[in-house]
Amino acid sequence: MRRTALAATGVVLAMALAACGGGSGGGASAGAAKVPGDPSKVTGTITVLTNRTDQVQDGTAKRYAAAFNKIYPRVRVKFQGLTDYEGDVRIRLNSKNYGDVLSIPNSVPLKQYPTFFAPLGTSSDLSKTYDFTDHATVGGNVYGIANIGTANGFVYNKAVWKQAGITDWPTTPQQFIDDLKAIKAKTAATPYYTNYHDGWPLTNWGNALGSPSCDPAANDKLADTKEPWAPGQDLNTVDTLLYGIVHDKLSEADPNTTNWENSKALIGTGKVGAMWLGSWAVVQMQDAAKKAGKNADDIGFMPFPTQKDGHFCSVVRPDYQYAVNVHSRNKPAARAWIDWFINRSGDAQATLSISSVKGSALPADLKPFQDAGVKFVPMAYGKTAAVDEIDKASEIGLNNQDYPQHIVDVARGAAGGDIDGIFKDLNKKWSDAQGTVG
Amino acid sequence: MSAPRTVSRTPPARSGPPDAAGSPAKEPPRRPGPRRRRGAWWFTPWLYLLAPLVLLVVFTWLPVVNMFGYSFTDWDGISPTRNWVGLENYTDLFTRPQLFQVFWVSLFYLGASVVQICAALYFATVLSFNTRLRNLFKGLLFFPYLINGVAVGFVFLYFFQPGGTLDTVLGWFGAGPHLWLGDPHLVNTSLAGVSVWRFMGVNMVLFIGAIQSVPPQLYEAAALDGASRWQQFRHVIAPSIRPIISLSVILAISGSLSVFEIPFIMTGGSNNSETFVIQTIKLAFNFNKTGLASAAAMVLLAIVLVVTWFQRLLFPDERVEQS
Repeated sequence: MRRTALAATGVVLAMALAACGGGSGGGASAGAAKVPGDPSKVTGTITVLTNRTDQVQDGTAKRYAAAFNKIYPRVRVKFQGLTDYEGDVRIRLNSKNYGDVLSIPNSVPLKQYPTFFAPLGTSSDLSKTYDFTDHATVGGNVYGIANIGTANGFVYNKAVWKQAGITDWPTTPQQFIDDLKAIKAKTAATPYYTNYHDGWPLTNWGNALGSPSCDPAANDKLADTKEPWAPGQDLNTVDTLLYGIVHDKLSEADPNTTNWENSKALIGTGKVGAMWLGSWAVVQMQDAAKKAGKNADDIGFMPFPTQKDGHFCSVVRPDYQYAVNVHSRNKPAARAWIDWFINRSGDAQATLSISSVKGSALPADLKPFQDAGVKFVPMAYGKTAAVDEIDKASEIGLNNQDYPQHIVDVARGAAGGDIDGIFKDLNKKWSDAQGTVG
Repeated sequence: MSAPRTVSRTPPARSGPPDAAGSPAKEPPRRPGPRRRRGAWWFTPWLYLLAPLVLLVVFTWLPVVNMFGYSFTDWDGISPTRNWVGLENYTDLFTRPQLFQVFWVSLFYLGASVVQICAALYFATVLSFNTRLRNLFKGLLFFPYLINGVAVGFVFLYFFQPGGTLDTVLGWFGAGPHLWLGDPHLVNTSLAGVSVWRFMGVNMVLFIGAIQSVPPQLYEAAALDGASRWQQFRHVIAPSIRPIISLSVILAISGSLSVFEIPFIMTGGSNNSETFVIQTIKLAFNFNKTGLASAAAMVLLAIVLVVTWFQRLLFPDERVEQS
């Protein structure tokens, strides 16, 4: 950990000095980085930037590298685990030194992908093999491939819900709130936990977009929708639920002192009823339950409480997408790593995630979804660039924590206004920004 | 209460000739004149200054100049290209008065700095006299300043938690629990309290240093005239250390305008506690408006400079004559 931090600091310093020298990273458009045909001929040392510091520390990353070397014996793989992945990589992108393989930071606008990353192949080719390729497609070329996708839903403690006398998943937002009220009345648990202080878990509420409407194009539609928070729109439904939970005092008393690590134990031991997260969180909560001496099977996952044509929908979104640095000297080796990691490493299965390789089996924790006939809705990202641009220009930040935090603040009376005022304001900002963006 | 003449400070330097017995005879007895080695090694002092100057230029002046440049562009912080937009960012800033609303949060910190300076003055005065365990208290009060700001933030997160340290202690006296960070009317007071705790010590050390330079005869004279402790403070100490107090006030005010790390770590600017710097950071890093954020940073710099200049104008730095 310390070594990583030191190395990172050193690199940042070096970068800062280099940046002073001026010179902009050129948009050298190199040829596509193809999966090399003959593994024994691929040579070089590649650096993989990763946010998975846990894998770097517990040796999982090294095991992967060793397994990779069995097929590509002449490639050396080095890892750099970055705790503040987004922040660090964003700054490093100003230089040429940002590893050979990296996960694309969320802050890079789609249209700039060709400036920073090497094309991995055409969209028509890769979309046959992988899901979510349109999330990183510019001009017909794919610049990043996700390893996993994440379904979104409520992580909940089954024992708590059973104790409150609830056996079925709620099918409407109102029913969900009623269930939380029952939990509050009949158990000692806090019905819902916002994770307000850490912020990023709260941003997951943005990923509920598409669940109420079951519409894969829900994200793309934002580009042309004048008022995305109008009644009946997804964002209205989703934010109203969040507002309702907090407004009815069904969440923790002081949201400003929540603690993500602690929240795992809270839900594991039945002190919290539910949290809105991605399916990736289930494994962590189960671990926490086990560590606290409770039953890991108590942790369940339920879809957003709305139904369309008699079935639930759960939006599936890609996790970080792997890309090759456009300045990399070892593009074939880097591409080989991405290909091997996604197809052969078994990482997606090990972390109980939905593999982005088409035709892969669903992980065990989503079995209940499958049994209940929940429809998985893979989000389409054809207009991501435009939606991003409007989002930034409007300073709403659909994926930033300020937006849901403000809703929570208003709901609990810590800030002035009401839900209608919030929606009116958001609608105005959105349509104003649409006007300014080409 | 000890009498003022027992002030336990090192006495002023003796007026007699320095004891020269130990100095080697080889040394020339007269002091070297200013004309010695004219031309040669004139840059020696600059050599000593080289390291700090390089650091200052690389990490302060160049970035400020760069930022000034960015403030006229539409740079998003990532793209290798940026376009010149002239004063557009500044017009944008000044046509959005809500961006300046966050300055009212600074008022809390301003109020806190008054408390901080008064407390620092009080402790500095008390600890300059012969108090028991004087050095221990000096150390204890100065200690918070030595702790990293991030650590301070985390410690106080636990301190302010519902049912945390503060609530427990208040509970002993029958006071009910409060949402110290969750209550929008309390949050800034709580955060400002942390600032006071953290920075009071450094002010105190400055004041102690200044008080020590007051000639002890003044206290003796005051004591002979029958001045009380308060009168001594009012008429001897306070006027003597006025330049240091005014320096502290300047630092406190410019600090209150640009509060950052404590609210950023403890609340992230949520729940009413957003300051101008946090808002600027969000513009730059959440909304990719680095150009606009640079302009905001330049405006803050200008505000701080103007306020400081205005203060100097109102309270000019007079030389204090100590007889």
